[in-house]
Amino acid sequence: MQTSPSVPAAAPSAANDAVRSFGVHRRGQLLIALVLFVLIALLPQVVQNAYLRNVLVLTLLYAALAQAWNILGGYCGQISLGHALYFGVGAYAASKLYVAFGVLPWFGMLVGGGLAALLALVLGYGCFRLKGHYFSIATIVIAEMGLLLAHNWEWLGAASGIQWPFGPDSWATLQFARDKTPYVYFALGLLAVTWLACWLIEDSRWGYWWRAVKDNPEAAESLGVTVLPSKMAAAAISAFFTAVGGGFYAAFVSYVDPDSVMQFRFSLLIVLPVVLGGIGTLWGPILGAAILIPLTEFSRSYMGGSGSGLDLMIYGGLVMAVALLKPEGLIRLLPSRFSGKKEAAR
Amino acid sequence: MSTELLVQARQVTRRFGGLVANSNIDAEVRRGEILGLIGPNGAGKSTFFNLIAGALPPTSGQILFEGQDVTGLPATRRCALGIARTYQVPRSFDSMSVVENVMIGSFVRHAGTAAARHAALEMLDFTGLARQANTLTHQLTPPEKRRLEVARALATQPKLLLLDEVLTGLTPSEARLGVELIRRVRDAGVTVVMVEHVMEVVMPLVDRAVVLNLGQVLAEGTPAEVVRNPAVISAYLGERRHAA
Repeated sequence: MQTSPSVPAAAPSAANDAVRSFGVHRRGQLLIALVLFVLIALLPQVVQNAYLRNVLVLTLLYAALAQAWNILGGYCGQISLGHALYFGVGAYAASKLYVAFGVLPWFGMLVGGGLAALLALVLGYGCFRLKGHYFSIATIVIAEMGLLLAHNWEWLGAASGIQWPFGPDSWATLQFARDKTPYVYFALGLLAVTWLACWLIEDSRWGYWWRAVKDNPEAAESLGVTVLPSKMAAAAISAFFTAVGGGFYAAFVSYVDPDSVMQFRFSLLIVLPVVLGGIGTLWGPILGAAILIPLTEFSRSYMGGSGSGLDLMIYGGLVMAVALLKPEGLIRLLPSRFSGKKEAAR
Repeated sequence: MSTELLVQARQVTRRFGGLVANSNIDAEVRRGEILGLIGPNGAGKSTFFNLIAGALPPTSGQILFEGQDVTGLPATRRCALGIARTYQVPRSFDSMSVVENVMIGSFVRHAGTAAARHAALEMLDFTGLARQANTLTHQLTPPEKRRLEVARALATQPKLLLLDEVLTGLTPSEARLGVELIRRVRDAGVTVVMVEHVMEVVMPLVDRAVVLNLGQVLAEGTPAEVVRNPAVISAYLGERRHAA
């Protein structure tokens, strides 16, 4: 513009105040996260029981996966019900690279993350022309195709999967047979990194663009937002972290087969904590996972085997209750500093 | 007033199936003016507006902006060149606060969030929404939502601002404030094109008016010329006066 609309002299101080209070809010979030993660890191000192530590690892892993899903589903509003595909890509990449080529799982996970991100870009280029439910249905179908492919792909062990070799406990190979505590720290680290990524995204141009795309794509376009590249970037970042989580899961259970990492059930398990806790919020996925995962693990062990599906019925009941009572997620029950909305600042 | 042409529409036609919404429209927007785009319902105003904004491609014809052919460019690219628009029914980003809504516009010129936030807050001040900066958009009154549309569009630092019925449905005092804001926008150097139904409000505000009827340009000129034009009177004012 030749001459930008001139600003009255009174403006800067009010503007500066608003900018400063927003900065305080942001740093507060970071501090809360630091305290929370340190407290979780101390948990293994208190929780000695191996079974409970196992539940802790799964809870942290699903919190990270839910947070990763939230990047695409929560911030960008693209509801994927096929994230099991990326989880599987990560699990298989880490397993195959380690077992067949001796590549340490640390690198295998990153390779898996890269592959998943690439896959998300390719799939996104095609699928993001679909809107709303049509997009969600496409993600289910594509993930099911991935499952079928894994079932029939001899190079990846087909239906019998890939067994990790037994070896000494080591951080290099991420194999810990006796004491599972290191897995707690790794899962916590993954959660912390994913959370930090979300925190950075929330106040970045991409983050605001994604929310604009979610709220009203036409208006976003008229304001210079490139909608398709925005969605693709969100999908790639989300897929990357999901696949790293998949790689970690494979190292954790030392085994991968199609049904244990790529079933539709995993796509749901990744989404439900976000819906329960609060979609598109910084803390919702963690809160949701902290409630759902222990609940499902305890119900599985106390009320029957994993095949009964009772845990999923409990999930369904909880999500229905949330939808009726607190559609924005349980995080809205907490003070606003957790819920991520700056309504208190009004 | 400068007569430099900011927008030129050449033989622009837009069909929707069998319906010809715009037929061989030749029109121009001069830099620095407020141009009213008026006409009865179904005249093709909104279609023409969308063709300039880039929300729709024309079926045939050419649209030039600052002499550059923008006919094939999508809205996103036109925004970067300096064309911004508002929507008749406000399309705010409802999960965001007012200042964050405006930041989406600022990001066209500022990559960093701090700079974008600052520019957005300044724009809220310019449009009189500074006190609502941290409010969520669903708590705004309808006139405030209209202002937010304008603030968001201005945040992209446009050369051309397209306003789609921003004054329709406002009370007389709200409309007066709106008129005052549009004048200030023009005084800041932004060319304004406004689609409007309410003749009483538009005519004193605009420098020129283009009247569309049945998808074609019926008349064009100063407000005084246009309202005296017999074709306009019979097509529009003579049939029924819009009091909305």
